[in-house]
Amino acid sequence: MEKIDPTFIREVAQISGTIPSRCYNCSACTSGCQFAHIMDKKPHEIIRLVQIGLKNEALAASGPWICVGCNTCSMECPNAIDIPAVMDAIRAMAIAKGEIPEKDIYNFHKEILGSIKRYGRTHKLEIMMRFKLVSRDFFSDMDLGVRMLSRRKLHILPSRIKGVRDVRNLFKKVG
Amino acid sequence: MKCDVKPIEVTWFPGCSMKTSAMENHESFKIFCEAIGIRLIELPDWNCCGSSSAHSIDQELAIDLVARNLALAPSGRPILTACPSCTLRFKEAHHHLMESSEARIRFRKQWGVPFDPAKKVMHFFELIDGMDISAFTPGKKPLAGLTYAPYYGCMLARPPKLRNQKNFHGLLEKILGTLGAKAVDWKGHNKCCGTFLSVARPEATTEVVNAIVQSGLDSGAECLITACAMCQLNLEIRCNLKDQIPVLHFSEILTLALGKGKNTDQWFKRHLVDPKPLLAAKGLI
Ligand code: SF4
Ligand code: SF4
Repeated sequence: MEKIDPTFIREVAQISGTIPSRCYNCSACTSGCQFAHIMDKKPHEIIRLVQIGLKNEALAASGPWICVGCNTCSMECPNAIDIPAVMDAIRAMAIAKGEIPEKDIYNFHKEILGSIKRYGRTHKLEIMMRFKLVSRDFFSDMDLGVRMLSRRKLHILPSRIKGVRDVRNLFKKVG
Repeated sequence: MKCDVKPIEVTWFPGCSMKTSAMENHESFKIFCEAIGIRLIELPDWNCCGSSSAHSIDQELAIDLVARNLALAPSGRPILTACPSCTLRFKEAHHHLMESSEARIRFRKQWGVPFDPAKKVMHFFELIDGMDISAFTPGKKPLAGLTYAPYYGCMLARPPKLRNQKNFHGLLEKILGTLGAKAVDWKGHNKCCGTFLSVARPEATTEVVNAIVQSGLDSGAECLITACAMCQLNLEIRCNLKDQIPVLHFSEILTLALGKGKNTDQWFKRHLVDPKPLLAAKGLI
């Protein structure tokens, strides 16, 4: 039996600054989304789950993690709902709950942030290597990595900023 | 607009992509700006804006990372960006700081200076919109004969809260059109390139990228032109179609049009689809 959490929508509205109860489920958002077909719950379904209080289902969905925040959907939405902001809110709740449905995407973001924390900027080569290590997927992009290195798209050495301590201090929460 | 105007000084925020994987974008961008009288003063010790990752997993951090750059930037000149992702992160942070007094107090505590609303971020499009770039190539249409697909990706899409700000649909076509290039009508111009899914979900990105490039090919374009370094990268590294066309940075084609390209071999060897045969055929290199 699905558990309905009547306060879920209020929580999402507060974190996202948008009002999901305005959605009339036309699914224009989903039609515009290029990645909806690889989401288990599509953008309009996510909004619907929020509307009717199915929090556990929303937090367990891959949709918010696949979402790249391109804003295509929110441009389509006749009710000006900030759909990616809802995705952000759901992701934040899933992280807070410690149950992350798409670990590899989470790890990717963590690698980016790790790089910013270490250098103040992103170091693409290190991110790619570490991501591949964490996701134990070493060979899939080997050929691409070599091609990018030979075209000097991936730098061997990171550039580190002087104020890296300032930046590190911002990372209290994410670790 | 005349060619002998006094240079406009801006604080330049290149961002990580332009500084590393898209160095050819940065080099050509700097040359072009100088040629049209924009003086770029790179923000000393800038840090990464956090891109989609900070935004994806920690909203407060996303604001803080931009805030450090805002605090570092000198007053009295705009902050210029060219990366759409940096631009959006800066605009969102600026908007948040404008709206929330708590955020402004936090800013002051963190950086020891008050938030200055006048330090606005300006995307390159905003700067050149309304300029007549063909005034720098008097009597010539350097891009005549070039048929291209203008690719914006998601750069002109934005959240509802920024909906009332100005936007720049048609800017590539307008500027490149005055220089003689012909834009095709096609389906790919506003389709997202997949950003980080290129690493985390490569197959899905390939599907999307192939559809974009194919649509360009079908419409008769000889190349794609984009103003986003991340798009350029994804369109090249994730496309596996048999027939491909070069993907040029807006800044590269602008610089070539003005006849200012220097060491362009260094730019083009960084492309995975070699644009040299096309550019040579059009007399641009
Ligand atoms: S486009 Fe807007 S109104 Fe339509 S389903 Fe999506 S969120 Fe709801
Ligand atoms: S912002 Fe997310 S949900 Fe919306 S179109 Fe882009 S990827 Fe799809």
